[in-house]
Amino acid sequence: MTVFNQHLLSFAIWLPMLAGVMVLLLGSDQAPNRTRWVALVGAVISFLVTIPLYTGFQLEIGTFQFQESMSWIPAFNIHYHLGVDGFSVPLILLTSFTTVLVVVAAWEVITKSIAQYMAAFLIMSGLMIGVFSALDGILYYVFWEAMLIPMFLVIGIWGGPNRVYATVKFFLYTLLGSLLMLVAFIYLYHQTGSFALTDYYDLPIPMNAQIWIFIAFFMAFAVKIPMWPVHTWLPDAHVEAPTGGSVVLAAIALKLGGYSFLRFAMPIAPDAAHYFSNVMITLSLIAVVYIAFVALVQKDMKKLIAYSSISHMGFVTLGFFMFSQLGLEGAVVQMISHGFISTAMFLCVGVLYDRMHSRQIADYGGVVNTMPMFAAFAVLFAMANSGLPGTSGFVGEFMVILAAVKFNFWVGFLAATTLIFGAAYTLWMTKRVFYGEVANAHVAELKDINPREFSILAVLAILVIGFGVYPEPITALLQATSAEFLTHMETSKLPISNIPAVGI
Amino acid sequence: MDILSALPEITVLCMAMFILIVDLFIKPQNRFVIYGLAQFTLFAAAVFTFQSHTPAVGYLFSNMFVDDTLADVLKLMTYLGTSMMLVYTRQYMQLRNMFRGEYYAMVLFSMLGMMIMISGQNMLTIYMGLELLSLCLYSLVAFDRDNPRASEAAMKYFVLGALASGMLLYGMSMIYGMTGSLNITEIANAISELNAHNPVLIMGLVFVVAGLAFKFGAVPFQMWVPDVYQGAPTSITLLIGSVPKFAAFAITLRLLAQGLYPLAADWQDMLLIMALLSISIGNLSAIAQTNLKRMLAYSTISHIGFLLFGLMSANLNGFASSMFYISAYVLMTLAGFGMILLLSRQGFEADKLDDLKGLNQRSPWAAFMMMITMFSMAGIPPTIGFYAKFTVLQAAWQAGFTWPVVVAVLLAVIGAFYYLRIVKLMYFDDSIDHTPIKAPVDMQLVLSMNALALLLLGMLPQVLMNVCGLSVVTSLQ
Repeated sequence: MTVFNQHLLSFAIWLPMLAGVMVLLLGSDQAPNRTRWVALVGAVISFLVTIPLYTGFQLEIGTFQFQESMSWIPAFNIHYHLGVDGFSVPLILLTSFTTVLVVVAAWEVITKSIAQYMAAFLIMSGLMIGVFSALDGILYYVFWEAMLIPMFLVIGIWGGPNRVYATVKFFLYTLLGSLLMLVAFIYLYHQTGSFALTDYYDLPIPMNAQIWIFIAFFMAFAVKIPMWPVHTWLPDAHVEAPTGGSVVLAAIALKLGGYSFLRFAMPIAPDAAHYFSNVMITLSLIAVVYIAFVALVQKDMKKLIAYSSISHMGFVTLGFFMFSQLGLEGAVVQMISHGFISTAMFLCVGVLYDRMHSRQIADYGGVVNTMPMFAAFAVLFAMANSGLPGTSGFVGEFMVILAAVKFNFWVGFLAATTLIFGAAYTLWMTKRVFYGEVANAHVAELKDINPREFSILAVLAILVIGFGVYPEPITALLQATSAEFLTHMETSKLPISNIPAVGI
Repeated sequence: MDILSALPEITVLCMAMFILIVDLFIKPQNRFVIYGLAQFTLFAAAVFTFQSHTPAVGYLFSNMFVDDTLADVLKLMTYLGTSMMLVYTRQYMQLRNMFRGEYYAMVLFSMLGMMIMISGQNMLTIYMGLELLSLCLYSLVAFDRDNPRASEAAMKYFVLGALASGMLLYGMSMIYGMTGSLNITEIANAISELNAHNPVLIMGLVFVVAGLAFKFGAVPFQMWVPDVYQGAPTSITLLIGSVPKFAAFAITLRLLAQGLYPLAADWQDMLLIMALLSISIGNLSAIAQTNLKRMLAYSTISHIGFLLFGLMSANLNGFASSMFYISAYVLMTLAGFGMILLLSRQGFEADKLDDLKGLNQRSPWAAFMMMITMFSMAGIPPTIGFYAKFTVLQAAWQAGFTWPVVVAVLLAVIGAFYYLRIVKLMYFDDSIDHTPIKAPVDMQLVLSMNALALLLLGMLPQVLMNVCGLSVVTSLQ
């Protein structure tokens, strides 16, 4: 057990990947049930090993916990260094939990190359947990980039008609940003002689270098989040991806970008982060307001949810760059909550798509008459997506809006408009799909959700309402870490002689 | 220093001639004996190289020949690469009626040329090794003599290759004229005493660099690469694309990093221009190709561009990283062309991009191996291709080439596009061809290990990095 306790993070990373390899070896299309069960057992075990990260987490410590470090590539002073703080623990749990849902959601839906599908998600889960826990630049970069490969295959093999365009666009967009980040790491390596994140935190960097580093990281992370105007890959990728792919993209992959701002861009270049804060807030508000309008006119349900994701992620970056504890914690809560809600929304679309093979809003109408149970869930998640109090969607948005009003009234005002616009596009879609008369013969033939679908949606509904009423389990994790983070952010990293010259 | 240091070369020479003679007396159905002899020769050479290895640098034949760690490591890698290449090509040659003794003798002779280049400490030795290698390669390209495309490729290769050899020789003669020596070490000493801006010396340098760039296939001396890669039988393309790059790397180190090192400031600029041009032209042209061999040819050009990034850093870090790059490159090339050979069969060359369509349905394992190879070539972690790019780029950054590094990184994104297209063809498209893939067990096994090595070395690159660093440091210091 001591081995297990000392290498908790390694287990969390490598178990799902091992499970993925096992699925590839044991599974096949000839034995679909064996494949599914192996995948499910692997996913559940992988989820269970992440739970001690939450139960064993020491709330009062704001720095890294569960650390593991060993030399990996001594030639470049690269270490296999893992560790988590309050920002990463909830995201790791979200990742391993979502993987279980994805495996269950694919149960009867995926019939082509089942083993490869399941393995791709299990391996991706391990890689994403790696991103959330790596404390070495190259280790982080390897996980970050390697994650693209399974996602590329998932969209390309099991996606919709325009999948090749979407997946190549996704890959190249992300790669472009990431390579610039690699250049930033190379710069930092030659300054410190190591890739250790903690060395980077302590390194004084002149202002112009900080600005370039911030821009390089920004290119990598803004694409991933995605922020306006580099968001255009996301609607394409979401629409073409299979349900599981959309879920992982929305629930976790977008959070990789948000998390990385907290872990890399901001603490390594805090002065540049302050310098660019107005730009970042402006971009976030554009995402919140403008993208909400774009979502309003979408005809495709998945596209609408994709734009809604961009709009919600605008809150996350907005919360980061106001440099207040409330905003920061609200942003992280928003990331977790959006993980649940977007998962639920995409699964709902998946439920409809599996039956009707259409995602067009116009093809539906009056679904509530034929699928009452499903409609109840879908309406609940739509409410959560529009930020109804009592759901987890409200908590994060409200914290960020409060922080924004304190920061600047007009910023707060614009951010708060999302409560109107978000409700408008989500509820309008709900109205057109679920209510009214039964639109056509296909809708009339729809069958309500089966026990498998019911159980997934029920678990998510419990979480959405649970965290909406009692968000303490998440916020408690964040307090020490965000206080530590803000203290770090307020300390200038400029070399001493530079401070008067730049005036910060 | 005793003559035993040259024992591997002597062995290879004797065995190549022995194979030529044995071949006369052997029945065609027993020709696998020749194959066995060739593999045995490589094994024996490896044993001798390994045994004669000493950490010290030894000189032989009046300082014409050097035996140092760099030479030993590069030779061992050459044997390994050649041995793998022989495994991959056996069935291909059998099915095309080219499974003859001359093929093995020629491969061994060309490898002897490489070994001499690797150990050349004198410009004449280097030139002799280079010519031995080139002449064997010219004739191997035309090995399928009834194939007009191959003959055309051989002709092109020969004419342009002879021109390049001429340029190299011309440059060497100017350097000899100014320094009065052909020995690498003496040249370096003589140049340090001369005025650095000696026009004749610079002219000599230009011609030497042009000759080397031609042998590597760097832009603007890349014209032969696509035609020869496409026209030659795939087995020969595999040979040309892989192991000779070790030898080319070795003579580049000996000439530029040792002999002409005092002129580093001059050749750094030349390499920089060639590197950027190679990466951009290689990557952009590769996008437009429909022939897999031709696409890999352009991909080679861009890889050479990255290799030059390491060399132009002109410090030990840079040389070690370019040695790492070339090792990774050879492993990737062997896997890439090995896959084409695996998919080829009688009367069918799997050299069109479309021939890869739906490979995942025909053979998931083959598709997986090809995917690893492609992602490795694109430089995506966790494959060795990522560390290869990473090491050369950080070396160039350290040497102060900030903007070229950023440009190279952006061009790498363009490169990723055409590698992704291969993955797309294999995984996203349906197959047209449903013929089962038949290949000898040894080939399947070695090819699998080759592809997995790309992944494994990507996760644990330390050993190879140490070997490269050690050989460069002990030999150039």
